[in-house]
Amino acid sequence: MSLRLKNISLPLADFVLEVDVEMHGRVTAVFGPSGAGKTSLLDLIAGLRVARSAFIQLDGSVLTDTAKKFSRATHRRGIGYVPQDLALFPHLSVRQNLFYGRKAREADGPSVSFEHVLKVLEIEPLISRGVTELSGGEKQRVALARALLASPRLLLLDEPLASLDVPLREKIIPYLGRVRDEFQIPMLCVTHDRFVALTLADEIVVLMGGKIMQTGPVSDVFNFPANAEVARFVGVETLQPGRITGVNEGLATVTINRVTLTALAPATPADAVFICIRGEDVVLQRDVAVSSVRNRLPARIIAIRPEGALFRVELDAGFTLFALVTRPACDELGLREGDSITALIKTPAIHLVPR
Amino acid sequence: MTAVEWQIVGFTVWVAALSTVMILPFGLALAWALARANWPGKSLVETLITLPLVMPPVAVGLILLEVFGRRGALGGLLHDRLNLDVIFTWRAVLLALSVMSAPLLIRSARVAFEEVNPRLEQIARTLGAGGWRVFFTITVPLAARGIVGGMLLAFARALGEFGATIMVVGYMPGKTATISLAIYENVQIGEDARAYRLLAVSVVLAFIAVWGSEFFLRRKKTA
Repeated sequence: MSLRLKNISLPLADFVLEVDVEMHGRVTAVFGPSGAGKTSLLDLIAGLRVARSAFIQLDGSVLTDTAKKFSRATHRRGIGYVPQDLALFPHLSVRQNLFYGRKAREADGPSVSFEHVLKVLEIEPLISRGVTELSGGEKQRVALARALLASPRLLLLDEPLASLDVPLREKIIPYLGRVRDEFQIPMLCVTHDRFVALTLADEIVVLMGGKIMQTGPVSDVFNFPANAEVARFVGVETLQPGRITGVNEGLATVTINRVTLTALAPATPADAVFICIRGEDVVLQRDVAVSSVRNRLPARIIAIRPEGALFRVELDAGFTLFALVTRPACDELGLREGDSITALIKTPAIHLVPR
Repeated sequence: MTAVEWQIVGFTVWVAALSTVMILPFGLALAWALARANWPGKSLVETLITLPLVMPPVAVGLILLEVFGRRGALGGLLHDRLNLDVIFTWRAVLLALSVMSAPLLIRSARVAFEEVNPRLEQIARTLGAGGWRVFFTITVPLAARGIVGGMLLAFARALGEFGATIMVVGYMPGKTATISLAIYENVQIGEDARAYRLLAVSVVLAFIAVWGSEFFLRRKKTA
C-alpha cells in the first residue's frame, strides 16, 4: 500500500491540520492525543470533508487534488471506514448491514468472501439479530465485517477500542489482528492507545495539534521519540531536562542536576536536551558489582505502585527516575519505600532529544 | 347521512389525501435541503414556507386567485398553453389544500431529517452507496416516523381548510364542496342538521389524523 498525503491543509476549530506524509505500512497507526485532528484526517481520505488544499493518492490513483479541483466521490473511492461510533444502521438487521456495501459492488465482484469474513470475525450466530440487540464487542465485529465485505482498497479504523471497556478491548484486539493477517487489505488505524499501536501497527505517524511530529517503524518511534512531546505521549517514564557537557567518540556526557550520565550522542548536535529513559531499561540492584553498565546511580526508593503486571518504582537518583520491575523481582530484592538501591542504565537506553 | 353528504365527505378525503401525496416529493426535497445544506436564500425560503401557517387563509386564497386566475401569471400561462383552468375547479381545491398544508409536512420532515445522524449517511457512502441510495435506504427510513407524522398533520390540515378554498372555488355542490365549505354553506341557509352531521364526521376524521400523527411523532421521540 502506498498512501500519499501531500500539502494537506484543513482549518479546524483550534488549529490548522497540516500534513505531508507517505505511508507504506500494512497497518499504519495514526497516533496522537484526542483533538489532534486524527479523525478529520480519516474523513479527508474517505472524501467526507473538503480541505483548503490536499493531494491524496492511493496506490497510484488520485483521490483528491484540490489544485486541479478534482475529488473522487466517496462512494467511488473504495475506502472502508469503521468510525468510532461504528455507525451501524439501526433500522437494518445484522445481515442487512453486512450486505449493504456488498450489494453496491456486485458488478465488480467482491474479492472478500462472505463466509471467510463471517468465520474470521465469528459473526455467524449474530447474523439474524437486530443491531440494537448486540453487545459493544459484537457491534465492533459487525462494523468491521461490513466494511471488509465492501472489498475496500484501504480500511480506515477510527479508535477501534475507544468505546469498549477493558475486558472487551482484550477480546477485540485478536479479531483486529486476524483481519490484518487474513485479508490483504491495508489498514490505517487512528488511535491514542499505545497498546493498539504496539499490537497492530508496523508503521506509526504521530499527529499532535494538527502537525506530524514523527513517522517511522513503531519500535523506532517508541524507543527513539523525536521530541519531548512525543516522548511524553508514547509513555517514556523518565523525561528530564539535561545538558550535554562533552561528546567523545560518539558518547555524550550529560548532566542532570548534579548527576552525570553517559549516553549515545544525538544525531543533531545540541547542548540542551531532554533525557528519555524507558522504565523497563532501568535495572535495580542491591549489591554493586562490576559490570559493563556505564550508568550506576545510587538512589532512594520514593514510591512503589502496581501498574498492570509490573510495579512502577519511583526513585530519587538526584533526579526523578522510574523503573518498571516484575512482582517476583520486587519480592526477591525486598524493595521497600525509603530503601537505598543502585539503578543501572545502559548507555544505549538513554535517548537524548533536543530541547 | 345523505348521498350528497357522503359525496362531500368522499371528495374532501380524496382531495386532502391527493394534496398530501402531491406535496410529498417537493416537501421532502425541500425539507432535506433545509436540514442538510447551507445555501444562499435559505432563511428566505424558510420564512416563505412558514407564511401560510400565520397568514390569514383568505389572504393566501387571494394570492392564489391572483396568480392562478386566467389573468394571473401562472393561470394565464396554463390557460393559453394547456387550455387548463385552475380557479373555480377541483384543481383549485387541490392547490389551496396543498399550499395550506405543505408547511406542516416540511417542518416535521425537516426536524426528522435533522435527527438522522449524518455519520450514518457518510458511512453508507463509504460502502459504495450513491446519493439517492443513501437517501432512500438510510435517510428516509430513519426519518420515516417524522415524515409520516408530518403527512398526517398535513392531511388533517387539508381536511379542515376553509379560508383559502372559499376564495379560489366558492361552494359548488357536487363539484368543489368540501366538508368545511358545506358546513358553512348549510349554516348560512339554515340546514343546521346537515351542518351538524358534517361537523361530527369532520371531528372524527380530524381526531384520527391528529391522533395518528401524534402517535408517529411521539414514538419517534421515544424510539
